[in-house]
Amino acid sequence: MVRFLLSKLLYLVPTFLGITIVAFGFVRILPGDPVLLMAGERGVSPERHAELSAQLGFDKPVVMQYFDFLGRLLHGDFGNSLVTKKPVLTEFLALFPATVELGLCAILIATLIGVPVGVLAAIKRGSWFDQVSMTSALVGFSMPIFWWGLLLIILFSGVLGWTPVSGRISLMYYFPESTGFMLIDSLMSGQEGAFRSAVSHLILPSIVLATVPLAVIARQTRSAMLEVMGEDYVRTARAKGMPRRRVIGVHALRNAMIPVVTTIGLQIGVLMAGAILTETIFSWPGIGKWMIDSISRRDYPVVQSGLLLIAGLVMVVNLLVDLTYGLINPRIRAS
Amino acid sequence: MKYLSHALLAVSALALTTAVAEAKTFVYCSEASPEGFDPSPYTAGTTFDASAHPVYNRLTEFKKGTTEVEPGLAESWDVSEDGTVYTFKLRQGVKFHSNDRFTPTRDFNADDVVFSFQRQGDASHPWHQYIPGITYEYYTSMDMPNLVKSVEKVDDYTVKITLTHPEAPFLANIAMPFMSIVSKEYADALDAAGAKEDLNNAPIGTGPFRFVAYQKDAVIRYQKNADYWGTAPLIDDLIFAITPDASVRLQKLKAGECHLMPYPSPADLESIKADSTLKLDQQPGLNVGYLAYNTTVAPFDNPKVRKALNMAVNKQAIIDAVFQGAAEPAKNPIPPTMWSYNDAVQDDAYDPEAAKAMLEAEGVTNLSMNIWAMPVQRPYMPNARRTAELMQEDLSKVGVNAQIVSYEWGEYLQKSMEPGRDGAVILGWTGDNGDPDNFLSVLLSCDAAKEGGANRAFWCNEEFSDLLQQAKVTSDQAERTKLYEQAQVIFKDQAPWLTIAHSTQYVPMRADVTGFVMSPLGDFTFETVDLAE
Repeated sequence: MVRFLLSKLLYLVPTFLGITIVAFGFVRILPGDPVLLMAGERGVSPERHAELSAQLGFDKPVVMQYFDFLGRLLHGDFGNSLVTKKPVLTEFLALFPATVELGLCAILIATLIGVPVGVLAAIKRGSWFDQVSMTSALVGFSMPIFWWGLLLIILFSGVLGWTPVSGRISLMYYFPESTGFMLIDSLMSGQEGAFRSAVSHLILPSIVLATVPLAVIARQTRSAMLEVMGEDYVRTARAKGMPRRRVIGVHALRNAMIPVVTTIGLQIGVLMAGAILTETIFSWPGIGKWMIDSISRRDYPVVQSGLLLIAGLVMVVNLLVDLTYGLINPRIRAS
Repeated sequence: MKYLSHALLAVSALALTTAVAEAKTFVYCSEASPEGFDPSPYTAGTTFDASAHPVYNRLTEFKKGTTEVEPGLAESWDVSEDGTVYTFKLRQGVKFHSNDRFTPTRDFNADDVVFSFQRQGDASHPWHQYIPGITYEYYTSMDMPNLVKSVEKVDDYTVKITLTHPEAPFLANIAMPFMSIVSKEYADALDAAGAKEDLNNAPIGTGPFRFVAYQKDAVIRYQKNADYWGTAPLIDDLIFAITPDASVRLQKLKAGECHLMPYPSPADLESIKADSTLKLDQQPGLNVGYLAYNTTVAPFDNPKVRKALNMAVNKQAIIDAVFQGAAEPAKNPIPPTMWSYNDAVQDDAYDPEAAKAMLEAEGVTNLSMNIWAMPVQRPYMPNARRTAELMQEDLSKVGVNAQIVSYEWGEYLQKSMEPGRDGAVILGWTGDNGDPDNFLSVLLSCDAAKEGGANRAFWCNEEFSDLLQQAKVTSDQAERTKLYEQAQVIFKDQAPWLTIAHSTQYVPMRADVTGFVMSPLGDFTFETVDLAE
């Protein structure tokens, strides 16, 4: 297991270096100059433009800028935002818990609903349940998130008044942030009703963010289950008289879970993409919205370091997924 | 961060005690996050709404709901005969806010004024770069570095500012957010504590509201400044709930999660008017949307051709379709709410037949041109693409073949200022300080036609520019008005732009909100608002 872990960790180094190049290059390939964007309709004189570019370090050759960036990274310096002038890491850490909280809730909803639905659809293949759930999954997968979010807000917050429109907690509640996770902070605050308010604020955005992963997980579980259930060992287990519930629960499901775990792991990337829209609709102060704003302002330091931090995170999650395989299937661990 | 959480604790305790006394809390659903809380280094209106307006004051202020300049922290001022020396008498007894780290030991005085100017204008000032990479874009773009020769303290309550040349808009310039007066005593305290950047994170000002806390991209909290030198606010707590999407803002307003919101979608206006729990304030915006020809390239160098093209476009159709009626047709480059607007100017009436005849008379046939449509939405132009399509259709009726081009916003701004540019550009402007010079000189003077300017027609008319220059150094407003009126006649006659529209601003709010005053400059300020019982 240790060797397995080490070999996986070793892969991270070149991947990480590759990401620094992509993150650095990506924002510079986009047309548009941050200095001009800052000046807007007013324009900026060539002298002032040169002065500002020099101050921001954009006058150096791009390769030099890259090595500067890399050098500072090694010292743990992610740079300062061109817009707010604040350290990128500080901003990231302030916003990150909100995204994690939302993402975890969404992936939890997607898994807890998606896996049982997929299993049930596979067992009852061809039934009305299978057909309805898989059609819904297809619709869910194709759902335009922005439209879906607004629809839910109008229905549940506007017409029915069951959930708040947006934000993380009612503005009534006010306590120091200690962990940045609203569910935990609201509990720790001891203020009556705070936790309830935080939960009610989390419901709609989690559902919206969970929609696409839920659809993918349900469909993936169903097809993996169907495949496994056709295997010889499942037939043998049934033939030797093992109860159906046990065959499905132990033999089929455990093997079917390998591709499903991969899928869940891959959904982290999908969640990040979904978070950008979900956070914008629900005024959720997370990193998705932050990245989009920074890209449109060509805030180079935020985009490159932000991408790097997010990519690093996805890498860690994928590593964890790889390790989970090992737990589910000892053969992977051995190889 | 630790400091912030202490502040939060202190205030949550405070909030609880005030809750007992039924504190009045006003929630504003703002549309974007502030860049920071020091108004000087930033340029976004949302930043000023969150910092300059609630927290700070300036020497001069814009009278509420107008662009007229009135005394602020300066009670009065004298201007020397030659218009270059301004002597300001400062208001006495004005208190700065306090927070848990800082309690002022003295009132506002001349040291604060000198500090507020010098930190921006003097590159060697210890506070000039208090955050690495900081720049003072408004100070620079309003030409203050070339204008301000010196700022001197005469005594504790007198400041003398010497200019390098007379400049009539100076009093309006210093009423702008970037010239907010910060506390020198607070700056010294932060310096001593090694926390200079808190000038930007935990602002201390003299304004109607005291800054309490900011949770990034989510909530800003303020409390009423009970010691305010002006009329104290009527509400106790002011909260900005940052809500970027316009439809969601409206839902929040309808659900009672906020009291007032900026920038509704034009498509929602009807449903807002129909909702009895809401009301809608409106006023003409201080802006203009235009199409700038490249007046240096044939045949657009011929004013008659430009006039003919102007006559070919049906502005009312654009206003109906693109602005959904929420605008008025523009005939001058400045909006009608601005002083010196020349209402006697006759617009080039929509007349495709006459336009066609005029083009033919100028020998222009089979004309092909580009129309540049900006990729972003602005208050002065809700949908440039759609506008360009309508223009394309109108122009085809007079035999002009127009193609629509567009670029990414930064590139658009850059390429549209390249000399020899092919085609006419859709763009616009929102006024900074209500002075006509802020429209005419910035957008149409010969100086602005140079590289790095904003004169996208590349139109340089000596007579027009001379009038602007004269008006700039004249302090008598009646005289300036005459000069600007003349300039507008030349503009219309030469037609460097197709003036499209001045859009209307709308502010939806809950029906129980009283006392909100719309600002022609587009500011959102809350010291006069109240909630009906």
